[in-house]
Amino acid sequence: MGKTIIPFGPQHPVLPEPLQLKLVMRDEKVIEAVPAIGYVHRGLEKLAEQKDFMKNIYLVERVCGICSNMHALSYCMAIEEIMGIGIPDRARFLRVIWAELHRIHSHLLWLGLLADSFGFESLFMQVWRSREKIMDIMEATAGHRIFISTNTIGGTHKDLTKEQQKDVLNTVALVWDDMKAVEKVFFNDYTVQHRLKGVGVLPKDVAYELGTVGPMARASGIIFDHRTRGYAAYGELEFEPVVETDGDSLARTKVRLREVYQSINLIREAIGKLPEGEIFTPFKGNPNGEAVIRIEQPRGEVMYYVRANGTKQLDRLRLRTPTFANLPSLLHMLPGSSLADVPVLILTIDPCISCTER
Amino acid sequence: MFDMIGNIFKNLTSKPATRAYPFKTRKLNDNVRGHISGIDAEACIYCGICDKKCPSDAIKVDKANRTWIIETYRCIVCGECVTVCPKQCINMEKEHMTSSTKQDIIVCKGSPKAPKVETEKVSVNA
Repeated sequence: MGKTIIPFGPQHPVLPEPLQLKLVMRDEKVIEAVPAIGYVHRGLEKLAEQKDFMKNIYLVERVCGICSNMHALSYCMAIEEIMGIGIPDRARFLRVIWAELHRIHSHLLWLGLLADSFGFESLFMQVWRSREKIMDIMEATAGHRIFISTNTIGGTHKDLTKEQQKDVLNTVALVWDDMKAVEKVFFNDYTVQHRLKGVGVLPKDVAYELGTVGPMARASGIIFDHRTRGYAAYGELEFEPVVETDGDSLARTKVRLREVYQSINLIREAIGKLPEGEIFTPFKGNPNGEAVIRIEQPRGEVMYYVRANGTKQLDRLRLRTPTFANLPSLLHMLPGSSLADVPVLILTIDPCISCTER
Repeated sequence: MFDMIGNIFKNLTSKPATRAYPFKTRKLNDNVRGHISGIDAEACIYCGICDKKCPSDAIKVDKANRTWIIETYRCIVCGECVTVCPKQCINMEKEHMTSSTKQDIIVCKGSPKAPKVETEKVSVNA
């Protein structure tokens, strides 16, 4: 039988965002995948050059809905590095707490979408119900469910009161219990094993060569987590990167599920060590110089390059997002897989197309 | 193989996680950023800081005519204007805006001599 080309996307039930893959098929097997991106390009990098550098905090937050807080964090860190602003200790810990809350909600979203991609509707609802608790606590502490806008250049906008800290701890404890209840399903259930085990294996050396980042790289056995470099307050918290060695879809699920526990532990530790004091360092003037910042988002490493010229407008803002780095590994995994596994494989890289196209 | 069964029985016997939405709504926290409903036109000094700081250029301040205008459909509800306001006179409501077929512009006008407040909603076609 000859080749057939199936257009997968840009509109597909499993894709939350528009990504098109032209799948060259022979029978049920994929022999080649050709990606087409560019459906949600908004020109945000160019817009950032025209706006005031302070307004850009809110602009970069809207690059991506899921990791909005981390985009603002990396942008603020870049400007702080250019201007030489040291931020207060309390602000560094607060940044970690909100960043980890964001990581939990992103991973729970992904776990739900994965369950949905292989048709496990009840598991999907179970996970998203826990995610709602995290969204509520973000709203209660920062004023919004997604765009929490807590980071600013020189520290944070908002503080956590003693009561709010208690609420956060209670909520993450509830999420911990919820995840313990569904953990067995993700790790042992027959259906889940059948759909994930041995699907889309990415060996360690191939993952390294393709420049894979984030949970994808850690599932293939590469110990690579930017938080270990100790930005914000991560240097003062104790944690080990979550690493699996199998490199298949089940390993990626395990890494992300265990990272939820890791984030909860980090939040507990950060609240325990939260120092008293100011949350914001005032500063004057405009940035002049350039900086490169790399931080660990839920999906992997994000890189910000900022060049400023001493005026209010930036010369250049360039960002490279984790999905862009992970797309080559998706194209490596797809050939040889069956059509039924394609939705699962696309989801295991945790694609964020809005990030990638900006 | 029966790992999910426990969760399912628990869900059957416990209270529903959702609420009967239009009849029962969620209690919102006090610091929720819902929408900006206008300003206290008496207290405002029309300095224009909110105009300058607004990331989406939704606010227009005219000091000569003492008018403060917000295009609610441009506003991204970041709360920057509320933070920078020296008189703390911008009203942030916690309820979210409902959908509508027309774009609303909120105009607040303060009179310099007699502090007369006029808040009116002008609708323009989208």
